[in-house]
Order: sequence, then structure tokens, then C-alpha cells
Amino acid sequence: MISLTHYLTVAAILFTIGVLGIFLNRRNIILMLMAIELILLAVNINLVAFSAFLGDLTGQVFAMFVLTVAAAEAAIGLAILVIFFRRRGSIAVDDADRMRG
Amino acid sequence: MIAILAFYLFATMTIASAVLVIFARNPVHSVLWLIVAFFNAAGLMLMTGAEFIALLLVIVYVGAVAVLFLFVVMMLDIDFSQLRSGFTRNLPFGLLIALVLLAEIIVAANARGAGPLIADRPPEAVQPNIVALGEAMYSRFLFPFEIAGLILLVAMVGAIVLTHRSRGDARGQNVSRQIDRRPQDAVEKRQPKVGQGVEL
Amino acid sequence: MDITIQLIVFLPLVAAIIAGLGGRIIGKTASKVVTTGALLVGAALSWPIFFDFLSGNAQPMVIDVAEWIKSGDLDVTWALRVDALTAVMLVVVTTVSSLVHLYSWGYMEEDPSQPRFFAYLSLFSFAMLMLVTADTLVQMFFGWEGVGLASYLLIGFWYHKPSANAAALKAFVVNRVGDFGFSLGIFGTFLVFGTVSIPVILEAAPSMAGSTIGFAGMRVDTMTLLCLLLFVGAMGKSAQLGLHTWLPDAMEGPTPVSALIHAATMVTAGVFMVCRLSPMFEVSPDALMVVTYVGAATAIFAATVGTVQNDIKRVIAYSTCSQLGYMFFAAGVGAYGAAMFHLFTHAFFKALLFLGAGSVIHAMHHEQDMRFYGALRKEIPLTFWAMVAGTLAITGVGIWGFGFAGFWSKDAILESAFAAGSVHGTIAFWIGAFAALLTSFYSWRLIFLTFFGKARWVGSEHIQHALHGHHDTPDEEHGDSSHSKATPPEGTAGYHPHESPWTILVPLALLSLGAIAAGQLFHDYFVEAEHAPEFWRGSVAFSEHLAHAMHEVPMWVRYTPLAVMLIGLAIAYRNYIAKPDAPAAFVAMFPSVHRFLMHKWYFDELYDLIFIRPAMWLGNLLWKRGDEGTIDRFGPHGAAFAVGVGNKVTARLQSGYVYSYALVMMLGLIAAASWVFWWAS
Repeated sequence: MISLTHYLTVAAILFTIGVLGIFLNRRNIILMLMAIELILLAVNINLVAFSAFLGDLTGQVFAMFVLTVAAAEAAIGLAILVIFFRRRGSIAVDDADRMRG
Repeated sequence: MIAILAFYLFATMTIASAVLVIFARNPVHSVLWLIVAFFNAAGLMLMTGAEFIALLLVIVYVGAVAVLFLFVVMMLDIDFSQLRSGFTRNLPFGLLIALVLLAEIIVAANARGAGPLIADRPPEAVQPNIVALGEAMYSRFLFPFEIAGLILLVAMVGAIVLTHRSRGDARGQNVSRQIDRRPQDAVEKRQPKVGQGVEL
Repeated sequence: MDITIQLIVFLPLVAAIIAGLGGRIIGKTASKVVTTGALLVGAALSWPIFFDFLSGNAQPMVIDVAEWIKSGDLDVTWALRVDALTAVMLVVVTTVSSLVHLYSWGYMEEDPSQPRFFAYLSLFSFAMLMLVTADTLVQMFFGWEGVGLASYLLIGFWYHKPSANAAALKAFVVNRVGDFGFSLGIFGTFLVFGTVSIPVILEAAPSMAGSTIGFAGMRVDTMTLLCLLLFVGAMGKSAQLGLHTWLPDAMEGPTPVSALIHAATMVTAGVFMVCRLSPMFEVSPDALMVVTYVGAATAIFAATVGTVQNDIKRVIAYSTCSQLGYMFFAAGVGAYGAAMFHLFTHAFFKALLFLGAGSVIHAMHHEQDMRFYGALRKEIPLTFWAMVAGTLAITGVGIWGFGFAGFWSKDAILESAFAAGSVHGTIAFWIGAFAALLTSFYSWRLIFLTFFGKARWVGSEHIQHALHGHHDTPDEEHGDSSHSKATPPEGTAGYHPHESPWTILVPLALLSLGAIAAGQLFHDYFVEAEHAPEFWRGSVAFSEHLAHAMHEVPMWVRYTPLAVMLIGLAIAYRNYIAKPDAPAAFVAMFPSVHRFLMHKWYFDELYDLIFIRPAMWLGNLLWKRGDEGTIDRFGPHGAAFAVGVGNKVTARLQSGYVYSYALVMMLGLIAAASWVFWWAS
């Protein structure tokens, strides 16, 4: 039987892969943004699974809002990336160190 | 039986494509693998009975966000040969951290005890998912719904403001200047002589 | 009487404050008048007091001025004691000080900071007067320190000269060593007698004979210890052997300062102190023996070194040191009256010699090296006769009941030393006699080199400066005849020294009177058994027995001083008038001895090795390793450095890379989750 635990495990693995993606990635910033999308996806799966198995619709509503915010955040993030590329000419992660202490 | 198979299929594909997102060389491939991941995740959600969410996932994530990603990837001239050496150096440490994280999450997930009654399987749907969501959304969650709309508005405006480049020779209106104009500044009476012009 | 004594003591203080603080407001003439006037008034009031005591009319008295310290058993008041001993010192201090003030009008004419100078002189006089009128040891110490301070200020008066600063500091520090002994003596005295009041202590002193006290882990005789500690103070102040190194260097100060402080008054404070506390010393024969030996050693040491000096002031400085040694060994053999008498006469003729030397220096445009003097007899005759008077006094010229001052006082000392009969007394006598020979030699050497012979002024830089310097009218100012048609006399380079103004000559004349007559007039009252006990009346431990024994010494003893004086004169005459080449030849025969004497028996080098280098080394060590290396390193520098290091380390966390921030966040999350799992549950 497919139980809640299965879904949660899948979500956990996805989350981990997303996290890995953030700090293993040295190539470009778009990859970082995509990893963030993966993390959000994992959270969504979690929410929906819980909502289903608990019989409470709140989880799905929340998943919808997560979706909304993820879309908004992806838009803004990419806009910033575009500007960054205009200024710096590259989107290599190692070049994004202007906030160095 | 089918359910179990389907689940494992969807799950495996999601995870596999997620891994490939990270490790693909070509960024366009990364985006495409991301799309695959989204699809399979939608499939997972379908299996729990949340078909509206699943399709919403496809429409919004795949149709909008992933396409946006594609646009940007293609717009920015990214050099493929940028594989940095730091990748493999950090891999063991990163894997270790990830495994620790994974273990903790799974342990946490399996911790039984307090918590509402969890069913063995998703309950049968009484009404279609979309109807249920609609009822919930417009009554109990109206306020967050409106706020979500506002968020989207802000994101739109923000994206435009951030990336907008104005043309140097575009002519716009200066409304305040237009309003400030007085009749006595606009019209002037002159009496030119016959056969002579007027100097402005 | 009490108003008088208070006026005498406090007028100089008032004058010093006025001149010192208000010198800029009232101007230099007013400062000079105020200070000199105060001292002249003091002198005018002191002589009648002295004559009162001489005639036997006056009684010793104590005038209380103000409360000072009242703490437990310690009760100290500001009080002025007047007895015969004080009267002698009052006369000496005020007379010499007022004459020095007057002299400085002429000598310091061109100095830009005259108010300061006169203020310091008056301050010194006040401190010295407090010292001699002290009724308690603490007040005496106050005066002691005050004269030390004034000495420092005056030696370093020309403070832009580094040598003057160094000399002032040396004087102060060496004095400090003596003062340390003095302080220990005062503490010990208070411990033993329970009071610091001098009359009480002197009363109680004989009762302490034979008792012991613990000191530095040993048991020693009480009175010996106290007297020796107090004597250490006297050694410092009076430049006795061991703590003498400051006196020659003190010649960096202006000549009036040398005359006042380092001849007549400050350096005699040690002798005064020993005489004032003579009843204490009488209880401890061991201490007296030490005093005798130290005094005799100083006398011979200074006399030997004085024979090779070329600077006119240094000769007189060593002469002072030597004569102080005489005073001390006189005290050591119990002849306190003779010691005070020599102090009295010495003040006059030594001040005369210094002021006369100052007049010579003034005439020779600040040249002090006697090798560039010569043939000044005709140029500055008045100064010449004054110096001769002083030299006759110091060498002790006199015969058959008539003599100059030194004749009476020095002979009294030598005869007392012999008459004392003890081993140390006899040794002191022979040493004193030999020192008298050397004294005669170097004193006459000074006169012959300076006033006789051929002029040797050419080699002097000061003279050259005077002739060809920046003065506008060289001819009139220095009598420069080098621009006239006639060739100048050989060696003079055309320079004409001129006699000093009256402000300088009057003090010289008055002091000459003292040098000539003081011994003759007063020796009865100071040393002779008939009148002295009545005069002193217990203010010093005058020994009638010794005074009588003085006259019973063998004839050869009585003629020894005269004999050695003539021998010294003869040698000086031969070497500096008859055969001017002889000195150089003599030096060539004994070069190492000459070097030994030129380096002042290598005392300075010795002290440098034993004290100064280790002190500097220790200071350096504590500075570099202690202060900088330890305290600073762990304190301010260390804190700052640690902050800097901390900064560098923490700044690495801010790499600017988002992924590393994410990693850190992740690690934090894992840590928190682990903590929740394994600890909080």
C-alpha cells in the first residue's frame, strides 16, 4: 500500500536534491533558481500528500499559494538575473561576490 | 497494483529528472529536465486525488515558469564550457550533508505519536477537487487569495521596473506640465501689418 | 625676637613668590629689588641676633608658627628654633645669600630670565633658613628637600643646555640616595624615641646607649645605626666620598649659584645636621669613627683631584669638597665647635673665591679654562686682590696670633684631631695635613695660572668670539685694539679684559673682609675653652676637655699647617712661575697617575658600571619585555590584535557567494534538527 510515508520520502529526496543543487552548483545562477523550484516542488508534494491523508483541504489551498509565490519569485529572480547579466556580462556564480565582507 | 506501479514510476522519474537537472551540462537540457520533473510530480499529486492542484502545477509551473526559464536561458548567452572544477571537490562533503538531511527528514516523518489520525489511503472524494477548492478558497481563504493576487501584481510590476530600458528618443507626456499651462501663455494676439509676417 | 626670626625666615619666601609668579608683571628690576631687599633685611636682622649670642645675653628659644601633622603619636609643628648654632647659620646664610643676590645684578645682567633666577635664589634661601631653624627632624627634612629642589632648579637654570639638565638631574638623584638614608634615620629615630622633636631626642639620646635594634635581619647598636643612617643623608648633601659625584658637575650652574649653594650653604647643611645632632653622635663612638674616616677620605680625595683641574670653577669645587671633608672629620673627633667655625669661615672665603672666579670669567668673556688665562693681575687688579685674600684664607696663612680666617679654623681642626688621641683622630690629622699641602698647592696654582705669567688668551674660543663676534661695537665693548695700528702684546690677541661693575665688586670686598677678619675676631667664641661653652650653651656637644687638649699638643703639630702651606706654595711657585715647563714634564713622568686623577679616581665610571648600566638594563627590560611585551601585548595591543584576527576569521564567512550562505543555513538547520532529536526529546 502506498502510505503517507512514501510520499514524504519522495518529497524529502527531492528537497535534498534541490539543496544539493544550490551548493554544488558552480556553473550558473539559473541552475540555482531551478534548484529552488525543485525545493518548492518538494514542499508542494508534502503539502498535498498531507492534505490528502488527513482529509483537510487546507494543505491544498496552501499548496496553491506556494505555487503563486513560486511563480512570482521565479519572475523576479529571473528579472534580477537579466539585469545582473547586463551589468556583469556573465552569470557565473563565482562572479556574484559583490557582497563579500 | 496499478497504483503502486504508477506511484513508483512517477516517483522514480521525478527523482531522476531532478538529479539530471543539477547534473546536465547544457542549461537548456536542465530546464527540460525540470519540466519532466514537474510533470511527474503532477502525476504523483493526481494519485492522491488532488487533480486540480496537479493540473495547476502543469499549467503554471510548466507553462509559465519553465517557459520563462527557457526564455532567459536562451536570451543570455551562456557559455557551455563553464564546468568549474569546484564541482567535484565539494561533492563528497555536499553528499554527506545531503544524506544527513535526508535521514533526519525521514526519521522525522516516521515519528509517530502526536498528530491527527492518518488514514491508510486517501479518502474517496465526495465532490470534485476543484469544487471543494473553490468553496474553500472563496469563503475561508478569501483574504489570502486576494493577497496572492496582490503578490502577483507586485511581481509583475517589479519585473517590469527592474528590466525596463527606456529608449533615448521616446517622447512621452509630461502631464503636470500640460496642466500647468495657462491660457495667457498659450495664446498671444498679434496685429501683423499687411504683407508682413510675424516673428515668434 | 619672634617677629624678627619669622621675618628673617619668611621674607625670602614672600620675595620668591612675588618674583617667581609675578616676575613678568612687575618686571625684572622690581623682582631683583624685592628679592635682594628681602635678603638684606634678613642679614641686617641676623647679625644682631648673632652678637646677642656672642655676648651671652640671648637665650635659646622656640617659636611655634603653625600646626602641621597630628597623627597618633606623631606631632609635628612648624616651629623656629633659635640658639647659638642657629644664629651662626643665620648669619652665614643671609649674609652670603644677600651678597650673592647683589652680585647677580651684575653677573646675570644679560640673562633673559632674571626674575626666575632671583626667585630661585630666594626660594633656596627660604628652604635653607627653614632647615637651620628646624626644631623637628621632619621640618629639617622639609628644608633639606627644599634646598635640593632649589639646587636642581638653579643648576639647570640654563635649561636649554643638555649638560646643565644632566648635571641638575645627577645632583638631584645622588642627593636622593642620601635622602633615603636620612629618611630611614628619621623613621628609626621615631621608632626608638617616639618623637621627632630634636630637643627631646637629644635629651633622651644618652639613655639609649648600648641598646640594640633589629635591622635587615641583624641586631645592631641602636644609636650607631641611627647616626649612620642620618650621616648617609649628610654625605649626600655635603658631597662626601661616595655621594660626591654631583658636586663637580653642579658647576654647570651660573657662578653665583655655585658660590651660594655649593660653597657656603647647601653643602654645609650636612655638617650643620651632624653638629645639631651632636649629642646623638656622642653616644655612638662607632658612628663618629665612620664620620672621621669618611671626612678624611673625602678631604684627601678631593684635594688630589683638584690639583689637575683646568677649569677654574672645578678647582674651587673640589676645594669645597675637600674642606667639607675637614669639617666632617672635625665633627668625627668631637670638635664640633671647630667644625662649625670652619663652616663659618669657609662660607666667607669660599664664596669669595667663587665670586672672584666669576668676576674673572666675566672679564674673560665666559672663558673658564685656566690654560687660556695669564697676566690678568694688571687688567683686573681688584679681583686679583680679592682672590689673593681668599687664597690666603683658605691656605691658612697666619703666624703668632695673627692670621687669616682659614688659619684659625683649619689649624683648630688639625690640632683637635691630633689632640683627640684616638687612632682615627691621628690618621685624620696626617691625612688632613697632606690634604692641606695639596690645598695650598692648587690654590696658589690657580692664582699663578690666572693672574701671573704671560697672557695666553689667544687660544680661547670665547676670546676670539669676543673679538670677532657679532657685537656691533667690538672696540668699545671689549677694548678690542686689534684694529688699531699698534701690534697687540703677545698672546693677548688684542683683547682687553675690563674690571667688573660695582655690583660685583662690593660683595667681593665685603667677603674679603670676612675672609681676612672672621677668624681673628670670632675664634674665641667658637673653639676656645674660655668662651665657647657659654656661646654654644648646649646647642652643640662642645667638649671642653678637647678644647683644652687642643692647646697642649706638641709644637711640631702646631707648625705643621704652616709648614705644609709653605711647601705647597713653593711647589706651585716653582711650577707655574719659575719653570712653566715643569708641570708637563711631571705629568709625562706619571701618566697613569695623572689619568687616574683626571678621571676623578674613576668614580663616575665605577658608578656607571655598577648602578647606571644595570638600572638602564633593568629599565629597558621592564619597558620592552614588561610594559610593551607583557602588559601592552595582553592589554591594549593584544585586544586590538585579537579583534583584528577575529575580524579576519569572521569576514571569511561573508564570501559573497549565495551557495555558501545556503550551505551554512543548511548546516544550521541540520544542527538544530539534530539537537531537537537527540537532546530536547
